[in-house]
Amino acid sequence: MTTSTEPLAFQDLILTLHRYWGEQGCAILQPYDIEVGAGTLHPATVLRALGTKPWKAAYVQPSRRPGDGRYGENPNRLQHYYQYQVILKPNPDNLQELYLGSLAAIGIDPKLHDIRFVEDDWENPTVGAWGLGWEVWCDGMEVTQFTYFQGVGGIEVDVVSGELTYGLERLAMYVQGVDNVYDLKFTKEGLTYGEVFLENERQQSEANFHGYDVDGLKRRFEDMVAEVSRLLAMTGPQGQPLVLPAYDQVLKASHLFNLMDARGAIAVAERQSYIGRIRELCKACALAYVERERAEA
Amino acid sequence: MPQLLLEIFSEEIPARMQQGAARDLERMVSDRLKAAGLTWDALTTYAGPRRLTLVIDGLPAATPDREEEVKGPRASAPEQALDGFLRKTGLTRDQLTERDGVLFAVLSSKGRATTDLVAETVDQVIRTFPWPKSMRWGSGTLRWVRPIKRILCLFDGKVVPFEIDGIPSDAITEGHRFLGSGQLLKVSDFVDYRTQLEREFVLLDVADRKLRILEQAKAACAARGLSLVDDDGLLDEVAGLAEWPTPILGDMDPQFLALPPEVVRLSMKVHQKYFAVRDPAKEGLAPNFLVVANVEATDGGKALAAGNSRVLSARLNDARFFWDEDQKVGFDAWNAKLSGVTFHAKLGTLAERVERIERQARTLGRQLNISPALSGEAAKLSKADLASSMVGEFPELQGTMGGYYARLAGYDDAVADAIRDHYKPLGPNDSLPVGGVSTVVALADKLDMLMSFLAIGEKPTGSRDPYALRRAALGVIRIILERDAFLSLKSITDVWPGPNLLAYQKAWELSRDDDYSDIKLLDELVDFIRDRLTVLLRDRGQRHDLVAAVFALGDDDLVRIVRRVEALAAFLATDDGANLLAGYKRASNILRAEEKKGPVPTGMVQTGLPNQPEPETVLAFAVGAARTAVETALETEDFAAAMTALAGLRAPVDRFFEDVLVNSDVAEERDNRLKLLGQVRDVMGQVADFGQIAG
Repeated sequence: MTTSTEPLAFQDLILTLHRYWGEQGCAILQPYDIEVGAGTLHPATVLRALGTKPWKAAYVQPSRRPGDGRYGENPNRLQHYYQYQVILKPNPDNLQELYLGSLAAIGIDPKLHDIRFVEDDWENPTVGAWGLGWEVWCDGMEVTQFTYFQGVGGIEVDVVSGELTYGLERLAMYVQGVDNVYDLKFTKEGLTYGEVFLENERQQSEANFHGYDVDGLKRRFEDMVAEVSRLLAMTGPQGQPLVLPAYDQVLKASHLFNLMDARGAIAVAERQSYIGRIRELCKACALAYVERERAEA
Repeated sequence: MPQLLLEIFSEEIPARMQQGAARDLERMVSDRLKAAGLTWDALTTYAGPRRLTLVIDGLPAATPDREEEVKGPRASAPEQALDGFLRKTGLTRDQLTERDGVLFAVLSSKGRATTDLVAETVDQVIRTFPWPKSMRWGSGTLRWVRPIKRILCLFDGKVVPFEIDGIPSDAITEGHRFLGSGQLLKVSDFVDYRTQLEREFVLLDVADRKLRILEQAKAACAARGLSLVDDDGLLDEVAGLAEWPTPILGDMDPQFLALPPEVVRLSMKVHQKYFAVRDPAKEGLAPNFLVVANVEATDGGKALAAGNSRVLSARLNDARFFWDEDQKVGFDAWNAKLSGVTFHAKLGTLAERVERIERQARTLGRQLNISPALSGEAAKLSKADLASSMVGEFPELQGTMGGYYARLAGYDDAVADAIRDHYKPLGPNDSLPVGGVSTVVALADKLDMLMSFLAIGEKPTGSRDPYALRRAALGVIRIILERDAFLSLKSITDVWPGPNLLAYQKAWELSRDDDYSDIKLLDELVDFIRDRLTVLLRDRGQRHDLVAAVFALGDDDLVRIVRRVEALAAFLATDDGANLLAGYKRASNILRAEEKKGPVPTGMVQTGLPNQPEPETVLAFAVGAARTAVETALETEDFAAAMTALAGLRAPVDRFFEDVLVNSDVAEERDNRLKLLGQVRDVMGQVADFGQIAG
């Protein structure tokens, strides 16, 4: 445990969390290799939260929110950022204490700072997931979303998972006392977050808002949607439905929707219908996943 | 007598649910104990961030013995019925008693130990607690607002043994998460419990927490010559977010004071739950904020204040970004966006609604002699800010932001004021829009709400009023009533929605089965507004029946209706009024009875007939005089004078009923007297329908 001699660099924050949650028995996974809007969408959370099998994992997930791009000009908002995701199933009784231990590990002293659990019932309508929990505040800043999953893919869960989602940039800004995300120290030696990501924000923002071909996005969205049903209807070598590849296509469709949205190509009236379609696909995957687990049992 | 102490200790309970939970706990436990025949001296519940607590003093150690008579089958009933009853009661035939051919069993039950009852009660209460939202956790089946960690349950100093879904009862609690010693606290009774908690930095009672917040917050402000901006809603909330609430005054970058104070306050309150701070020597807000922390930090709160200040800066930077960006966009672009926003599936887009409000405002402006051009312009811009970034972030700032942006863009002040204030009044206690243009746009906006939703048949029902139509109607009423001298606007028909009737007809025909007619729609509007006026007058203490008596006249001049109701109430409070009402009832009962038999004679009342009793003549003259006086008074809308004129009828009416027999054997006499009573009813009926008045 570091007791705030030198604040952690961005990558050391990640490494510290990896070590901490690894010691708690979590599998330390790598980011999922498909664009997602949040760490929750990684199959290691959404799908593993279903069924009754115990599961513990932690990973960093790059998260893309095309509409949040600000061309690198806003000190707090990015269209690409990192979430640190922990999932513990079933949630241990002392999950709050474990979580506070992780804050201590990265140098946040709860006798010096104001740590608060503020009601926040989380839901992600596109994947039909919901849960009860809190935003965890540190001196008035939301540093973590703390959720007890109650449903995923529109299905009530059999066993409750505890999910922790840390906003890594914010947490790092807090720990380092920095007001602009691009000023974050990425490495101890002084490489900044801006040197790594500023150019990416500029280019991606322009593409998100003005670049992508809307008709092409729509076409690909429809292709992905069709692919989900096709894959789910197929079976694998052990007779299982192809849930995992099908779910990949749901993620791709979801990201295409976000791009269309950022391009301003989704009329208000169409929005709910798009979200509803993605949710249905997700639900189909979730049901197939649960059935598969039951069939195995 | 023994004491019961119960604490359900859990992870953090949402602040907004805590006090409701304390009330539910009290109700659920006391209902169950009472049902078992128990009484006690005092029962109190407490709720805080991590615990719900109940303490009952003077609770007996056992429930009383009870005898209960249970009705069984008739003595003549078939064997099976009797057997069933015996099985149910556990008695034999000779233990039953027979009364009027029916069998009865007397069941006596011994009192139970209170601890058994408590164990059972806690189990039921926890399993059926009405949380607005509850959850499961781990692999368990129990539901609670957040995971339960432990249950403390002591009766007379001893643990009441039970276990609920794997959680055993105990005598243990915990103190403050960060400030406490970290030791488990073994408790003996309530005083010990409360004392130990306080030593471990937990204030059990929300009243104590609020007091601590206010005292320390005010002291912190005063030490810097500042004063706290009170906010009761926020106080309630922060008192539910900390077991040891500790106010800290922080500094804010003064450059943010260039933002509208509404933005700064809302951003602090909604996102950060900070109180705003004022400098009494200056206008506006001070460059400070007050945060209520849950720790007494080891550095006196320095790091914590600095951290919060940085977060607030980030928030206000966002707000400033919206403020700057919005000024680059402007009203035309926002209005263009509104054509892509559905207002309601059956009522088209927000742009269409704005067009209706604009047409209405121009018409009203012409009618009320308030610049139709400015009224129309303000109406046209009134909803544009809904498309602005700031209102997207803070919907509460609708109107307010439009007002600021319009002023910055150089629009007329009257237009900017109207955009800002046209949502007013937001409730019975909110102020009205002030200027003429503001008032016109406020009326036009509300009228369109009412007409649109009435047209598609969306009236509020019971407690459901999703489009706040009642509030809109109340707004129209208050503007008409309280601005009448200024607007010469009296009646609902003065604000006829003429220019938009075609639009409402279209909406009606798309959504309703019955045939459209202007008259039907306008009648619905008048009825709806009248209903709200009735409620408003009732809230102001007027009797429902008096309002009905005035409404029965069919007037739609709201100002006149209210003044008439007031005059009527004053009149009925007098002796003359009360007696005249009795006379009226008697007259109208007689007339009603006659009307059942056939046509009742009407027309001129004869005076000076042979043998005509004097009271009859006197009443005839009195009615004539009263009619003239009432008519004169009503012409000038002097309702007090009209009531005085009626008061003159009281003595003649009383005497008439005392001395004269209406139902005379002489047909001519009878007819004349019926005519006279008819005239009494008619004269009084010009003032109000006294038949609707109770008493």
